Amino acid sequence: MSRHQTLVTAGLVLLLIATVAISLATGPSALSPQKAMRILVSRVPGLSSLAPPATAAEQSIILDIRLPRLILALLVGAALAVAGTVMQSFFQNPMAAPSILGVSAGATLGATAAIMLGLNIGIWGFSPVPVCAFIGALAVSAAVYLLSRRGGRTPVTLLLLTGIALGSLASAISSFILIRGQQGNLHLVIIWMMGSLANRSWPEVQMILPYAMGASVIVYFYARELDVLLMGDEQAYYLGVPVERVKLILLTLASLLAAAAVAVTGAIGFIGLIVPHLIRLLVGPQHRILLPLCFLGGGVILGLADIAANMAGEIPIGIVTSIIGAPFFLYLLHRAREYEF
Amino acid sequence: MVNQHQILTAEEVVCGYDGRYVLHGVTIGVARGEFVGLIGPNGSGKSTLLRALTGILPLSAGVVVLAGQPLGSYSRRQIAQRVAVVPQVSGSLFSFTVEDYVLMGRTPHLGRLQAQGPDDLHVAWQAMELADLTDLASRPVTELSGGELQRATLARAFAQQTEILLLDEPTAFLDINHQHEIFELLTRFNQNEQKTIICVSHDLNLAAQYCQRLIVLREGRVHTEGPPPAVVTAQMIAQVYHAEVQVDTGPGGAPRVSLIPEISATEDEQI
Repeated sequence: MSRHQTLVTAGLVLLLIATVAISLATGPSALSPQKAMRILVSRVPGLSSLAPPATAAEQSIILDIRLPRLILALLVGAALAVAGTVMQSFFQNPMAAPSILGVSAGATLGATAAIMLGLNIGIWGFSPVPVCAFIGALAVSAAVYLLSRRGGRTPVTLLLLTGIALGSLASAISSFILIRGQQGNLHLVIIWMMGSLANRSWPEVQMILPYAMGASVIVYFYARELDVLLMGDEQAYYLGVPVERVKLILLTLASLLAAAAVAVTGAIGFIGLIVPHLIRLLVGPQHRILLPLCFLGGGVILGLADIAANMAGEIPIGIVTSIIGAPFFLYLLHRAREYEF
Repeated sequence: MVNQHQILTAEEVVCGYDGRYVLHGVTIGVARGEFVGLIGPNGSGKSTLLRALTGILPLSAGVVVLAGQPLGSYSRRQIAQRVAVVPQVSGSLFSFTVEDYVLMGRTPHLGRLQAQGPDDLHVAWQAMELADLTDLASRPVTELSGGELQRATLARAFAQQTEILLLDEPTAFLDINHQHEIFELLTRFNQNEQKTIICVSHDLNLAAQYCQRLIVLREGRVHTEGPPPAVVTAQMIAQVYHAEVQVDTGPGGAPRVSLIPEISATEDEQI
């Protein structure tokens, strides 16, 4: 790792610690960041002497409400950023995002169907909405892949256009269900579509954890292939990469990451697009370094966005990421001379 | 026709794109250490034959044999350990440094989680020295000129340390000075390292000057093959390219092709 890359890593770690402290201190009940951190740290075995004087309610606010929400924000942000990094390598295009494969539209369809069918009432404390969203996301991205096969290959332009077509189709079906369904559930769907971390707790963390961690680790095994894929399919092939097999594996992993993230929080835009872009500007395109920093950076940025959403009176986090993300993205487009369209 | 000294052969290869055949039964053999040029007019199947030799293009009939084994019996990685390819278009939209770009040539030699070691770095730097790129090592490939990028891609192919190097019009977009630079580089690589080179070229003079043997393709079939003086004749060019030319001997002893203008400059003046 170069000196520059070490500095960026150290900066991100500091930012993560700050995010944790501020996030745990943010919410309707006033709790100082110091006190919040001490409640958290005192739970580490051997550090119980650090426990501050705190009521059981304060303990519960930190450990049962704010901590799972924070961890969820970090994991969802990490998963979206890693999925975005993979998609950008896959499409050899720094403007690609996980939603290209129809993951978001598929998740929306699954969630809309579940909510409008009245399935959003917890069954034994377990909501089928995220499961339906997850299945919808994977079903649409699998269909995109299968419909893009031509003679044993999957040309990226075909994949891109098929993704747009099937994404529109899934959105149209969602809209149809919305119009024909019970109007009482309408606003639930709209809130879901905007993405939110409010009222999420440990069950959601448990749901996304294996995907966010597992798939990200497997993606890291493919760091070199991701580098080589940035040269284009043909050059990757000549450098010894079995392109079609690697693409299928990477697409599956990216879809799993994005689907798991969208399923538990609803559609959150721009994280998968901007984080890899930004980190690449800071440390260069090599995935051996890019991937772990995107995992970290994605988590930190979504954690910060959730603090903003929380402070702004619990608005959906998708609004925050888009309000900050869209202008920032335009700025990147404007300054990036190397991507001439 | 195919003997044991041959490291790469195509036997009765038929292939093309979307059911339209471009090659109609091509048989060629290339011996270890040879520097062979594939020439022929546009659409004659030069690039298609090269792609068939890399294994990227599925064959409808025939077989490509690499070091005694059919190409299909090798994995992608095994092929890349033996054959490096410099495609017509290379480079990346992403700003890898020249060093990282050349290091990618080590891909087929590295295990899944194996980091690039000092040996790989050494090989990459040797390749960069050969291609005269050491001054540009930390420059992003996105900022290179056409000639520099072509040299970087050549260095990447050298770093792959393969016995065979296949090139598809390596000088297509380069000016005359860089064209010679690339071919001089290939000649050194061929002579000093005993590497086998197969190069598609549309430039008859360059091919005649640098290649030991030329294979002429015409409409998806081998028309002629042999050493440049035997192959590059006014008669062959009239038959294959439908162009009227004059062929004499260049300063290096290789055949030199000049077009005969339909209206010559001197005639012009007389009118």
